[in-house]
Amino acid sequence: MSWVKDIFDPDERRWEEIYRNRFQTDKVVRSTHGVNCTGGCSWNIHVKNGVVALETQATDYPRISCDVPAYEPRGCQRGISASWYLYSPLRVKYPYLRGVLMDLWREARKVHADPVAAWASIVNDPAKRQSYQEARGKGGLRRSSWDEVLELTAASTIHTIKRHGSDRIIGFSPIPAMSMLSFAAGSRFLQLLGGVNLSFYDWYCDLPNASPEVWGEQTDVAESADWYHSKFIVSMGANLGMTRTPDVHFAAEARHDGAKLVVLSPDFSMTSKYADQWIPIHAGQDAAFWLAVDHVILKEFHHERKTPYFLDYVRRYSDAPFLVELEKHQGGLRPGRMLRASEIARTRDTENGDYKFLVWDGTANAPRMPRGTLGFRWQHEKGQWQLTLKDGVDGQDIDARTSFLEGNDGLAQVAFDEYASGKVALRGVPVRTVETLRGTVQVATVYDLLFAQYGVSRGLAGEYPASYDDADAAYTPAWQERFTGVSAAEVIRFAREWATTAEKTGGKCSVIIGAGVNQWYHGDHAYRAAIAGLVLCGCIGKNGGGLNHYVGQEKLAPVAPWSALAFALDWAGPPRLQNAPSFHYVHSDQWRYERASEDEKLNPLPEPSEFATRHTMDHQARAVRLGWLPFFPQFDRTPTAVVNDARAAGARTDGEVSSWVVRQLKEKKLKFSVEDPDAPENWPRLWFIWRGNALMSSAKGHEYFLRHYLGTHSNAVAPETAMGEVTDVAWRDPAPKGKLDLVVDLNFRMDTSALYSDVILPAATWYEKDDLNSTDMHSFIHPLQAAVPPCWESRSDWDIFKAIAEKVSELAKTHIPEPVREIVTRPLMHDTPAEMAQRELRDWAKGECEPEPGKTMPGLAYVDRDYVNLHNRFISFGPVVRAQGIGAHGITWPVDDLYDELVLDRPTVEWGGKRYPSIAVAKDAANVILHLAPETNGESAFRAFQAEEKKVGLPLTDLVAGSRNVRTTFADLARQPRRLLDSPCWTGITGNGRTYSAYCLNVERLVPWRTLTGRQHFYLDHPGFIAFGEALPTYKPKPGQDVVRDLEASGNGGPSLQLNYLTPHGKWGIHSTFGDNLRMLSLSRGTHPLWVNDGDAEKIGLVDNDWVEAYNDHGVVVVRCVVSARIPTGLCLLYHAPERTIGVPKSPERGNKRAGGHNSLTRVRLKPTLMLGGYGQFTFALNYWGPTGNNRDTFIRVRKLVGAPQW
Amino acid sequence: MNVRSQISTVFHLDKCIGCHTCSVACKNQWTDRRGMEYAWWNNVETKPGTGYPISWEDQEQYQGGWKRDGDSLKLRQGGRLASLARIFSNPLLPILDDYYEPFTYRYDDLFNAPAGNDQPTARAISLIDGKPMEIRSGPNWDDDLSGSPIYAAQDPNLEGLSAEERSELQGIERMVFFYLPRICNHCLNAACVAACPSGAIYKRGEDGIVLVNQDRCRGWRMCVSACPYKKIYFNWSTGKSEKCILCYPRLEAGEAPACFHTCVGRIRYLGVLLYDADRLSEAAGRTDAELVAAQRTMILDPFDPAVVEAARKNGVPDAVIDSARRSPVYRFVKEWEIALPLHPEYRTLPMLFYVPPLLPAMAQEALEGEASFFTSLEKARLPLKYLASLFSAGNEEIVKAAYRKLMAVRLHRRSTQVGDLPATLTAKAMAEARLGTADADAIYRLTSLAGMDERIVIPPMMREGFTEPTVEPQRQNAAGFAYLRPPPGR
Repeated sequence: MSWVKDIFDPDERRWEEIYRNRFQTDKVVRSTHGVNCTGGCSWNIHVKNGVVALETQATDYPRISCDVPAYEPRGCQRGISASWYLYSPLRVKYPYLRGVLMDLWREARKVHADPVAAWASIVNDPAKRQSYQEARGKGGLRRSSWDEVLELTAASTIHTIKRHGSDRIIGFSPIPAMSMLSFAAGSRFLQLLGGVNLSFYDWYCDLPNASPEVWGEQTDVAESADWYHSKFIVSMGANLGMTRTPDVHFAAEARHDGAKLVVLSPDFSMTSKYADQWIPIHAGQDAAFWLAVDHVILKEFHHERKTPYFLDYVRRYSDAPFLVELEKHQGGLRPGRMLRASEIARTRDTENGDYKFLVWDGTANAPRMPRGTLGFRWQHEKGQWQLTLKDGVDGQDIDARTSFLEGNDGLAQVAFDEYASGKVALRGVPVRTVETLRGTVQVATVYDLLFAQYGVSRGLAGEYPASYDDADAAYTPAWQERFTGVSAAEVIRFAREWATTAEKTGGKCSVIIGAGVNQWYHGDHAYRAAIAGLVLCGCIGKNGGGLNHYVGQEKLAPVAPWSALAFALDWAGPPRLQNAPSFHYVHSDQWRYERASEDEKLNPLPEPSEFATRHTMDHQARAVRLGWLPFFPQFDRTPTAVVNDARAAGARTDGEVSSWVVRQLKEKKLKFSVEDPDAPENWPRLWFIWRGNALMSSAKGHEYFLRHYLGTHSNAVAPETAMGEVTDVAWRDPAPKGKLDLVVDLNFRMDTSALYSDVILPAATWYEKDDLNSTDMHSFIHPLQAAVPPCWESRSDWDIFKAIAEKVSELAKTHIPEPVREIVTRPLMHDTPAEMAQRELRDWAKGECEPEPGKTMPGLAYVDRDYVNLHNRFISFGPVVRAQGIGAHGITWPVDDLYDELVLDRPTVEWGGKRYPSIAVAKDAANVILHLAPETNGESAFRAFQAEEKKVGLPLTDLVAGSRNVRTTFADLARQPRRLLDSPCWTGITGNGRTYSAYCLNVERLVPWRTLTGRQHFYLDHPGFIAFGEALPTYKPKPGQDVVRDLEASGNGGPSLQLNYLTPHGKWGIHSTFGDNLRMLSLSRGTHPLWVNDGDAEKIGLVDNDWVEAYNDHGVVVVRCVVSARIPTGLCLLYHAPERTIGVPKSPERGNKRAGGHNSLTRVRLKPTLMLGGYGQFTFALNYWGPTGNNRDTFIRVRKLVGAPQW
Repeated sequence: MNVRSQISTVFHLDKCIGCHTCSVACKNQWTDRRGMEYAWWNNVETKPGTGYPISWEDQEQYQGGWKRDGDSLKLRQGGRLASLARIFSNPLLPILDDYYEPFTYRYDDLFNAPAGNDQPTARAISLIDGKPMEIRSGPNWDDDLSGSPIYAAQDPNLEGLSAEERSELQGIERMVFFYLPRICNHCLNAACVAACPSGAIYKRGEDGIVLVNQDRCRGWRMCVSACPYKKIYFNWSTGKSEKCILCYPRLEAGEAPACFHTCVGRIRYLGVLLYDADRLSEAAGRTDAELVAAQRTMILDPFDPAVVEAARKNGVPDAVIDSARRSPVYRFVKEWEIALPLHPEYRTLPMLFYVPPLLPAMAQEALEGEASFFTSLEKARLPLKYLASLFSAGNEEIVKAAYRKLMAVRLHRRSTQVGDLPATLTAKAMAEARLGTADADAIYRLTSLAGMDERIVIPPMMREGFTEPTVEPQRQNAAGFAYLRPPPGR
């Protein structure tokens, strides 16, 4: 054909050079995005003419093995848009100050030569303080200089320490793993001065509480390559295509290798599209579905077929065989506490006998005490904390009976609660009688209780459902239909395919799960139900199996040395670590808008009790008082004042100070701050925000933040309802507005948090600094690196906090010249002997026991703060690590020689006559971590496993013997990502080309889970869980608008819809990052719209792309809508997380003020069971345990915006 | 036999997640420039849907591509004479609103807003005139929006469906969508080349990449209307047309094109195909139902000695022939026949092929009757008619044959890996698909396990041959610097 021209002639093609020139770049530097994303993708940053041009993914991850697809490329649409930020008009190039404050400050500095006095003159003057607080977020920012902002910030820091106490200085930065040194910069600074770090995982409601409940583990999951080994993958509450963008190919590739992928989701999502089957389940009803699946598995695969693999698995790896005492209650017998060694004659004298639990031995025909339970972990004689079914007394093998169906002393009728119907069913459970020191008791196995709870009769008498079709009895397939909308037949098929696959493959079934299931008030129930389905089929601790929870989890691989560095444990401890949900619930006064009666409906009880029936705020105050949860500020005076007051009263030693404190608390002369949070002496005062968007995308109850923290305008209209309903907490009228004296934000973009802060410090982007990145989505560690120097006046987080520290030390020479001693409160901690603190519920404040620090109340510790040397300490890796070693999860190992190598071989700092490894430069800090971490240093790994071996009594070091000589440096990572070495800080086994899957170490090497029994728990033996009726997997109804009452004060004018309001993770941003850049906005319709069902839209005359006003008592959002049949009726989606800084009009509904962001419509409701503590795995650790900021049980009204949008 | 080599590509739609990383990679690399803001050389569409520019598949409106006229082919928009008549006003051109008005935001206001009584926000402004604007369209407007009566229902490929089938696709529990990433097809019978009044568009002889010579283009835009895929964009700043260049500067450096390198769904494959240019006219002129098969016959077996000899005679280097033998595209398109051209009825002989989406097309619906572990072709969630409209000019048998193979591979692998399904079921599926276990394993391997070096097989570009004639041979390395502008003055 003549018209198609093939041209070879080079002369004719000289013009082709145009595009070649655009393509060519000068150098490529490996970095990544230190944003709150689990991707952990390694990127190549292309620099041209000294300017970052663009980025492409690195594709050189070491291959794991030839039978698994490789990790390449990793990196999504969001990551590849990052270069837009560097030179964009959204970039924070210089330090900024709020104009009103700048004027006040410059005025004050003219009068006061001393910066601290100048600051005091402003914040001690209510009118001045209010003037800049009210201006927050309302424009008027002005460029400042580094000298000015550093001085102001340092002055505020010193003033706050002196006047209010160091524990009134708080900091928030999300998930450290993705840029761990940048996180550590701020946390190290705060912990050296006595400040408070807020948690994030629980606050985001990403912490799956079921994980600590069942496994005693914060979260441990498979890397995404391990999905490839799975032969049945269920995705629920997780939108892989949307949020696991770099990993999702493994799911498709697994499908082509014969796996089935089933998606449970209310909307037809990107992942539904990718799946063999989409099961459209009603939002928030996953527990009902899984309980019915478990019902079928128990009936068909455990009872009728007695699948050997499954039965053997639950006997060895779960609490199924453990004995639970049946206790008499009003309604009859109920499952009570687990029977323990101290209660029977044979083992009454065993050490920690209250924390060693019993099983029935078929051989001895008597209870026996298997190794591996909590008491063995903390006893003097080490080496018996192992998952062998051997008796702790004589080492004999135990034939642990999971069921008394055969061989029992009778059948007891036991009461089981069905909360959805309010019914109590009496069901027959086979029991044994046991002679205890208290007399004869009836016990059942957890396994038999499980059958009864699930309504699987096995021919036993009682109110069991007759068949799968019995729709009135929990938890049959027919029963779940009304909640889930899924047919019983579907559930039965699912269960059979699931269990058959697990049986044929030895447990290669997995659940990928996330926010869509976790972020409900009763999210932990759904998780437990799904976990039960996995454990019953032997799918935990298997490659290709597992509960793979992917939301907000991250994985900071070199956790042991990093923790020491990040929380300044190399100098002193304990750190002040605060669970953010409790903190914000209390301090942002969201508790004032809640009723006690709401709590009862939210969380129905088996029977009312003094313990369980109360306002959430009272639960919160009690949890602090009893040492279950931390709380800062600690007391109604400064931490140094407490010590000084005690000394003034005659106390000389720390012990005497503690005695004084205990007496004062008992006599109510000294108060916990949480008991009167609105008193000015208990307010937080100074807030550092870095790497995150604490005031918007992270601010559940955002409008309450604006009102009570910032003292600026708020669009919340909810009535205050807690007065008279709280008993343990003081009520003050009016509620304080503007608790915070100063908000300092480190940022590279002008996001909502920056806009509302007083001081904005220009931060380096991820392409302008050195840092480390790891994730659990893959098993590599790799760096961030400066492809170009920090642009304009920006600095890395590390260098900014170092500079603030330097200024604080300088001012301290005048103001706090000598070290001061502080009291630090600490809750009863996980992975410490405090797991054995509280077997029973006893409240010292009610005289039920004596207040005893670290036992019945928080522990009390003492730390010297050396403010003059704060900067010196910041830049020096301290001597405590050398002396005490490093550790995590209850084990510690020595690193003194490795520390000495750092002194010999690396940059050092010398002061006070001593030399320390220098961490003045972030890259050096990275090398310190890499040199000490078992995941990157084979010798450290070997020693860590040696330490674990001692506790467990079984060989483990062989796992890393072959990699003992591995040493990894930052320069190595710059060349290529490195695969992490196995370490007892984690639970996978990755040698010989294996992909990482959680709990393989437990299953294969018999290392106990860190729980009461050392096994996986179906039964939660905590008196609090029993009181709340949640000891066994259960279902509690999803609360409706009549319960949560989000719309009491909001009008109903004009045609509008009441909808359940969901904020899943979106396609065009990682939280709020990227979502405001032009690339993502162009691809997302220029906004982050509200998605509404087409039928619903029609009801109120809504057409696609109309502006809508979405509102409730908590606030208002004005945004465009998308109308789609993809969304089910009755709910709407506003993908997390738009900024209110980009194209947001004003709201006619709320006085024509600027409408808000997605968190303007949320308010947190804390679940009291998640505050329980002091016992077993239910003990505190940051981001491990505590109530979550759940946010999905929220209702809004949506209507068409009246008139044109107002700007 | 007139053997030529063409760098060709396959997109495996079953693996596409619609993430648009490819689109951003391309935008960053090539079109983040004044005049090109609205242009997305690589874009991703949700199907059913209307795409970008809106309704580009509606050739009644746009008159792109070729039509059969007796024994010959004619540009649908008309020949040179018709073009000449429209040269100053071409009604077939998409206008800005068919793409979208590019926008940005007044980000500066966040820094500069004076102190006031309310929070500032950054308003959207037009990138054309800088004024505040309301955003009513975009390059990805109907993303994930299947089931929409406004967008999805306008998909021209739904035309053949019954009213009942169409209305079912609008409801939540029946609706279905998949993603269609699109770049220039670098067609063998490119309409844009034929339509250019300036002769500015050509195929590179060595690799078949279609380029608009930026020196010769006069901005007539006949190529824009002639391209039925709407993959040529007019740069309103330079006054010239631009298009996907298959990242030839990257290929020349041995790197995958940006959208291939960054494809995180690992759906993209690239490799050389040898084809017989003598058969071009005949293949493009077949009936609709025969088009896919005809295009396949044009593609030659690189192992066939006769083909090799003819290729050598045409100057195809041995190294390129060797590369053609390792081409994943050859396997998908020719050996297995599971990758199909997009809209072959446009008769441009596109050289980008799509493995049709197994899911959700074949996804299970709510349980009806007897349970099967994977679903069957008969229960397809998306009518095959729709897929045939996209990938085989309406020939359902071609689409069906591809699906039979894709499904047989999964059953085969399931039986190897788990063994819970009846052996007869797998055997039957393999027989119906006419697939042997070796090929099934090979399809599985290339779909699942293949690394980037297997997915993307870039032929040696032999650049020395193209630079040698343009430089002084005595100067070391002169070729590498040859085209750079020398310092002014001497």
